[in-house]
Amino acid sequence: MEFILQPLTLLTFFPLLGVLVILFLNAEQKNAIRWVALGTSLITIGISLWVFSMFDSSNPNLQLEAKYEWINVARFNIYYYLGVDGLSILLVLMTTVLTSISILCTWTAIEDRVKDFMAFFLLLEVGMTGVFLAQDLFLFYIFWEFTLVPMYFIIGIWGGPRRVYAAIKFFLYTMAGSILMLLAILWLGIYGNTFSVPDLITKGGIPADVQIWLFLAFTIAFAIKVPMWPVHSWLPDAHVEAPTAGSVILAGVLLKMGTYGFIRFNIPLFPEATVQAAPWIALFATIGIIYGAWVSYAQADVKKLVAYSSVSHLGFVMIGLFALNPEGVAGSILQMINHGISTGALFLLIGMIYEQTHTREIKVYGGLWKITPIFGVFMLISALSSMGLPGLNGFVGEFTILLGAFGSDAIGNPWYASISALGVIMAAVYILYMFQRMFMGPAGEITHHHELKDLNWREIITMVPLIIFMFWIGLYPKPFFDILAPAVEKLLSALPL
Amino acid sequence: MITPPTFTDFYTLIPYLILTVWACVLLLVDLFIPKNRKSITAILASVGIAVSLGYTVTQIGFKSPGFNNMVALDGFSTFANILLLVSGLFGIALAYGYAKRMNIERGEYYTLLLFSVTGMMLMAQATDLIIVFLALELLSIPLYVLSAISRRIEAEESGVKYFLLGAFASGFVVYGIALIYGATGSTALNDIFFAASSGDFSLLLSIGAALLLVGFGFKVAAVPFHMWTPDVYQGAPTPVTAFMSSGAKIAGFVALFRVFTISFPTLAADLTNVLWVLSALTMIVGNFVALSQSNIKRLLAYSAIAQAGYILMAFVPYGIKEVAPVAVASGLFYLVAYTVSNFGTWAVVIALEKAENKGLELDDYAGLAKKYPALAIAMTIFMLSLIGFPPTLGMVGKFYLFRAVMDGGFVGLAIIGVLTSVVSAYYYLRVVVNMYMKEGDPTIENETWLNFTTAITAIVTVVVSLVPNILFLLASTAVF
Repeated sequence: MEFILQPLTLLTFFPLLGVLVILFLNAEQKNAIRWVALGTSLITIGISLWVFSMFDSSNPNLQLEAKYEWINVARFNIYYYLGVDGLSILLVLMTTVLTSISILCTWTAIEDRVKDFMAFFLLLEVGMTGVFLAQDLFLFYIFWEFTLVPMYFIIGIWGGPRRVYAAIKFFLYTMAGSILMLLAILWLGIYGNTFSVPDLITKGGIPADVQIWLFLAFTIAFAIKVPMWPVHSWLPDAHVEAPTAGSVILAGVLLKMGTYGFIRFNIPLFPEATVQAAPWIALFATIGIIYGAWVSYAQADVKKLVAYSSVSHLGFVMIGLFALNPEGVAGSILQMINHGISTGALFLLIGMIYEQTHTREIKVYGGLWKITPIFGVFMLISALSSMGLPGLNGFVGEFTILLGAFGSDAIGNPWYASISALGVIMAAVYILYMFQRMFMGPAGEITHHHELKDLNWREIITMVPLIIFMFWIGLYPKPFFDILAPAVEKLLSALPL
Repeated sequence: MITPPTFTDFYTLIPYLILTVWACVLLLVDLFIPKNRKSITAILASVGIAVSLGYTVTQIGFKSPGFNNMVALDGFSTFANILLLVSGLFGIALAYGYAKRMNIERGEYYTLLLFSVTGMMLMAQATDLIIVFLALELLSIPLYVLSAISRRIEAEESGVKYFLLGAFASGFVVYGIALIYGATGSTALNDIFFAASSGDFSLLLSIGAALLLVGFGFKVAAVPFHMWTPDVYQGAPTPVTAFMSSGAKIAGFVALFRVFTISFPTLAADLTNVLWVLSALTMIVGNFVALSQSNIKRLLAYSAIAQAGYILMAFVPYGIKEVAPVAVASGLFYLVAYTVSNFGTWAVVIALEKAENKGLELDDYAGLAKKYPALAIAMTIFMLSLIGFPPTLGMVGKFYLFRAVMDGGFVGLAIIGVLTSVVSAYYYLRVVVNMYMKEGDPTIENETWLNFTTAITAIVTVVVSLVPNILFLLASTAVF
């Protein structure tokens, strides 16, 4: 019983209780199902805040550990091992918050098979939280792969016209990446006679030539998830076809699982390979930043535009990580949160207008600012936050990252950072260009013919928490950096730089 | 020196003897059961298996040779016997309603199934090539008949095809045994090992071993000996297919494991390469050809081929002394995972199958999730398990298999294995796509035993994957 009462176990598996309740409800009681799902996710937020209240941010180590022998026969030393530290606590909080917000945003958008949807959504939350908390490679792999299943259904059942294609592409792409990681995990398990990550890090001493291969196997898995250029092509499809809630979680949390993987596994497990690979990763990240921004600019579909902008933004996260200095890494982790907030907000807003007009083509809109002012204000703030306007969250993250990348010894030259900085300007271009076409000028085709309603109370409540965080992180990021700093310092201290 | 049999000799074979005697008696009893009440035979047959199963469980932990080293009772045989007997039970459960519904209910089905199970059990215990051959025939001949039992034209084609090719494979086995006997002067597995490690008979012995491999390769449906599989699986009545795809595969693999690990470790230098190629081919061909199937029975036939490839893969490093037990244990473990998910899948297939071979196309699964959510969830679990996706037994099984391969240092083969798993995801997911993402109006048969099988296999697939310790322990101690 002690095992179940561990705070992190409760946090991870509490949504299962909601799934169980939902399974016993009649599929016709849609509102009851929605309330149960929302209630469950809100309680999960509560648990995550409780966990946060017990978290000591000055301690760089894993905390609130729950470690129990799980499979200890047949030479397997697999632990049920959960733990949280400064690198993951913010991501966990973001996961629980975004899940609630996503559930709230589906209130009227999902009318078909609500029961299945909510069950899958809560299962997804279990998987995501598990990914950020697992400290045993086997356990991590189970959570990591498991998140694919509910997401596959969410895209495939409730998505747009090409949903089946997008869902399968998403599934196969991600699985193809992670399956090589499985072999690397097995190698580590045989080598260290344990799958526990902290133990493997302590043991260390993996030969440098093997490290490269293991690093590569993990990198393929995570790079596809991030997604880094050139393995990003599943992302636009998945985003465009996914229902709004799916997009929010996809952009907000699932992509972060990739970048988090680099932090949690690649850097500490394979330090030599990390240092060697840093310039290469920086190169690919830079290409991704420019490429993503460029392609965004050309999009006619606003959701696709935001999807490609993710490729660009996640490029910043990657170059910051592999700057391998405190500014870069801390900025990256903060930028992971920022991206979740801003891009999540953009997807939510696009979903709200799409629910009314059923089109996402930029050119049919126009003059929205006058017709739907509240919507316009929210959109403007989110857009500015996404492009990195000082005073909002995006600026803090990107600025710190670029600062780190400029002075990075690991990357070795300031060129990547300089070119990446262009990405910030390009972001302003594509975001503002989009905003101008949709919100300014004369009323477009759709805006003309539709009786467009402004946001209602539920939608405003959905948006407000995100807006608060945009300003909070933008104006006073110190508490966030304080949480990150000790853990980042510990992470980097082990590198042979 | 030949000693007269003692009680210990018989003790090693008691589960097998119970079942054989029971099957013989049942054959007679069945004559007095009226034609419209053949379900009594089914129940009696299950009782026989249950009794034998009960006795097998009491033998866990016992280890002894019997009948002058012709057979053996050990952890390996007990493990395999339990699995085989459970397969027999599932085979009966699946046929119970199906036979009635399809008007092919005959008492012989159940007795033949019992005889086949006895053959498989004997295979698991055989430590002499003569017994191996006897067991092979004992398990195969009832299966040939069972394939044709519905007397439909496809079923007859399936039966004849299986019989002809199976007889051919048996020929390979006999010829292999003869050559091995010629090379070593013995048919006992241990003696062959001693003779092989002392003398210089390698060519004759190698050819003999290769011929055995062909024969077993046929039984487990490894490429390139798989040609019969899709046609036979498709033509045979579905419960027979289900039983065949699990039982015959288990029997083929246990024979392969025991014979090769005991007798031929000295030939590993050559055979490892052969096995490497066989398993790689099996995984590649099975998975890629399955991609283009639209009939669920054919799709599952190719999936069964591919699955054989994964088990073979773990067996490749059998010649490395430290890895061999892991290879065998992981193979056994995976056989359990495969058997459970396989029977569950077939139970769903049977629930949707209609008379005249209708209801077997992938399109017939469209809309299943909306109408029968529980069945669709179960099928999804089985598909995920066959892909090797968490949280299912198939994932844990593959984890174990791949560790054996990595332990043996065959990284290249492991990479082929994982990449073909991705390919397999595509066709297994097609079933899920149809169930969840397409509109349709399927109808299912609501049969108690069918539902029971689906439910129990689905639950086992998930729950045992979360608490796999006992199964790991049993498999890893299932040594010769």
